[in-house]
Amino acid sequence: MSFRKMMTCMLAAGVAVSGLTAIAVAGEFDGVTVNILTRPGYVIAGRLAERGKEFEAATGGKIVVTEVPFAEIFPKIQNDWSTGTNSIDVGVFAAGWGVELDAAGLLEDMDPYVAKDTKLDLADVAPYFREFGQKVGGKTKLLMVDGDFQMVYFRKDVLEKAGLQPPKTWEDYLDVASKIHGQDMNGDGQADYGSCIFKKRNAQSYFAIQTVAASFVQTQGTAQGFHFDAATMKPVVNNEAWKKAFELYKETGKYGPPEELNMDIGDTRAIFKAGRCGLLIEWGDPGPLQLDPDATAVKGLIFAVGAVGSKEVLDRATGKLVPVTKENAPFSVDGINYAPFAAFGGWAGAINAKADQKKKDAAYAFLSYMNQAAQSNVDVTIGATGYNPYRFSQLASTDLWVKAGMPADLAENYMGAINGALNNLNMASDMKIPGAQKYTGVVLDTELARYLAGEITVDEALKNIEAGWEEVTEDFGRDEQIKAQALALGTGN
Amino acid sequence: MSLSDAIGRPGISPAGNSPAESWGEWFDRHSRTFFIAPAVTLILIFAIFPTFYSIVFALSRVRFTADGLQFRFVGFQNFAKQFFGNDQVHFLGKTDSMGAFGTVFLVAVTAAVLWWLYRSLAITSWVGMLGRIVSATMAIFVAWVMAASLLSGNTIGTLLTTLFYVFVGCAVQFAIGTGLAFLCSQPILGKNFFRVIFFIPLMVTPLGVGYAMKMVADITKGPFEPLLRGFGIENWVWSADPWAARFVMMICDSWQWIPFIFICMLAALENVPRDHVEAAEVDGASSIQIFREITWPQIVPVAVTVLLIRMIEAFKIVDLPNIMTGGGPGSSTESMTLHSLYIWRSNDIGTSAAVAYLLLILTVVVCASFFNYVVLGQLRKARA
Repeated sequence: MSFRKMMTCMLAAGVAVSGLTAIAVAGEFDGVTVNILTRPGYVIAGRLAERGKEFEAATGGKIVVTEVPFAEIFPKIQNDWSTGTNSIDVGVFAAGWGVELDAAGLLEDMDPYVAKDTKLDLADVAPYFREFGQKVGGKTKLLMVDGDFQMVYFRKDVLEKAGLQPPKTWEDYLDVASKIHGQDMNGDGQADYGSCIFKKRNAQSYFAIQTVAASFVQTQGTAQGFHFDAATMKPVVNNEAWKKAFELYKETGKYGPPEELNMDIGDTRAIFKAGRCGLLIEWGDPGPLQLDPDATAVKGLIFAVGAVGSKEVLDRATGKLVPVTKENAPFSVDGINYAPFAAFGGWAGAINAKADQKKKDAAYAFLSYMNQAAQSNVDVTIGATGYNPYRFSQLASTDLWVKAGMPADLAENYMGAINGALNNLNMASDMKIPGAQKYTGVVLDTELARYLAGEITVDEALKNIEAGWEEVTEDFGRDEQIKAQALALGTGN
Repeated sequence: MSLSDAIGRPGISPAGNSPAESWGEWFDRHSRTFFIAPAVTLILIFAIFPTFYSIVFALSRVRFTADGLQFRFVGFQNFAKQFFGNDQVHFLGKTDSMGAFGTVFLVAVTAAVLWWLYRSLAITSWVGMLGRIVSATMAIFVAWVMAASLLSGNTIGTLLTTLFYVFVGCAVQFAIGTGLAFLCSQPILGKNFFRVIFFIPLMVTPLGVGYAMKMVADITKGPFEPLLRGFGIENWVWSADPWAARFVMMICDSWQWIPFIFICMLAALENVPRDHVEAAEVDGASSIQIFREITWPQIVPVAVTVLLIRMIEAFKIVDLPNIMTGGGPGSSTESMTLHSLYIWRSNDIGTSAAVAYLLLILTVVVCASFFNYVVLGQLRKARA
């Protein structure tokens, strides 16, 4: 961490602590321990622990952060809260997962707390995260600590040198990747990679495929969705659009690291920071991550494209791909349909409804502290935290980012890409219905991994996903799922 | 009531004995039961009960609610989908087309098994025959899966991947472990040092082995990278190739378990009477003859028992593929235990329990068959 950044952090921490003392009476939570469960590593968990120390110093409430592998977060929380074990007071997980826990009556309603909270300033939270991320059934059940979109990033210097433009369509993505693959991008004398995507099973690969598929499938705005037919909950997956997405996604592997099928997000971040990737699909993190001391090879060089689109879209009546027109894709621009994917929806904290009242009070106070602009506006500018912007005060100008050390042109590009995605009327929402984790994290992820490994054909993979999603829908009840989907996409009452 | 009946009950004593004495005698007579009762009770509570209770899970769909677990009885649906439903390819592999080689293999195995059953009719009881029919059914089923998937050029599922770890892995471990044990049983310099060195991997926790092997086997950054580059292998990684990944998994598993075979076989070799070997040497027998005619027959009961124990353990392989590849690429390194774990991790407890039961059935049938037809046979031979 640079001296300037360290000083900024210390100053911000000082201001934050003084701010915290204003909202919480010192010693108010003496003897109260709040147990938080989230993902492993410094990303997400690290900042919770650091802010937890500040919270403890100010209020006496102790914050204990427990880390488990990504794939185990949801089942562990569900298991703990449902069976009455109650060893976890707060879960920090994907905002979209909250709906299943809430349907089982496991989430504390935060509206009464929010009503008394003068520091939270929810009006500053961007509507998508405030209404989609934090609310379930119209009530605030989660508080964001992060806002997520997946975008395509490119090495500006590498593309300029090769005389190439950033990709606008997924075919462009392949074209650019093929042309820069094998070039030495960091001056170490070794051939580097045209594209880097985390394709390991049980990791983040199932988000990236949805980023590719969304622009082929969703054309009528966010309320249409791109996983199901909203009226019947029949999967919209066994068709030419998803097939094309699967095939394109697999083809990116030709220009990726040889071990790409065994790489998760930590692995791809290590190699793009080392300057070995020309293109990548990622969340908002590479913007600030390139400012890290171990990313000097790429500092100021990784630029973002808010969305990559498609010139063909799905005709849902026939299941075939058809060329984009203003009629079938009203939000298309220059014959390209864009549908930026709000992958994961952002990390958010939820409180166990069965926890002791004192713990709930302390848990809310801590989540509010994390969410407030005084803390959040610092945390989102530090790449290693894993927190991406979700408040207007973070998205409205580039000042915060330039102060954090980001070159002005990069800050402009980064904010432009995120705002472009967030304000796109055809933005694709992540699933927010009961079973969301099973639909995507298990069924989609497993079949995709098997297709990428050559175990099954694309047609078999899509057929299996369709059958698997139908099974989950039947399990939760089709009528209930139709209602939940309508609420999730903002079309229900 | 006879006297013997009467004294079988407490408080009723033969003439001349007080009731207190008869209680004492009753306790004496049943003391064995009382001594083992706590152990039996504990086993019932902690082993047998969970095993049977998990059947309830295997026959249900389980939902997590604020009031705890909700069960919905679905019969054998969780089992059926592994064979006929959406998960068939995952569990059995692709079995929709059988090639000529696969067909020949299946016919040959089926014929051999049926011939073995026919011959058994004359030499075994009806109970033994029942056991042989179960073993034969499992053998033909596994042969069909193998013929339709592996031998027909199709993808294999977690069933055959598990059997690959068990049979190929145990064979490799047995060959190397026995070889090392034989070397260390010879009068060579520093043999005690080698005994300790060869034994160390067994003491490392499987998680540690997984992470260590992940680093060692990383051929893009690991210690073997320069070597492979020297051979011109630069853009190939084992973790992206299904069979290479399975072999690496098997090799890493062997690294940990060869010491187990080694230490058991070393003990067996050192128990071979020296005078038999010396007598053979005096008679001019070669080393190979001595090993084949004297040493091997004496260690074979230990060898088959060790192999049985190792096979039972190998069916449960989970740590290495979970850590090194996450079961990938695709599901190619996924064992049945890992298959069950991943389903359990998504809170689909019913299907997870069903897969665990399928593994239990496979393990019991294979290991019981091995015990009855190989281990017992060798033990009888040794006694004879």
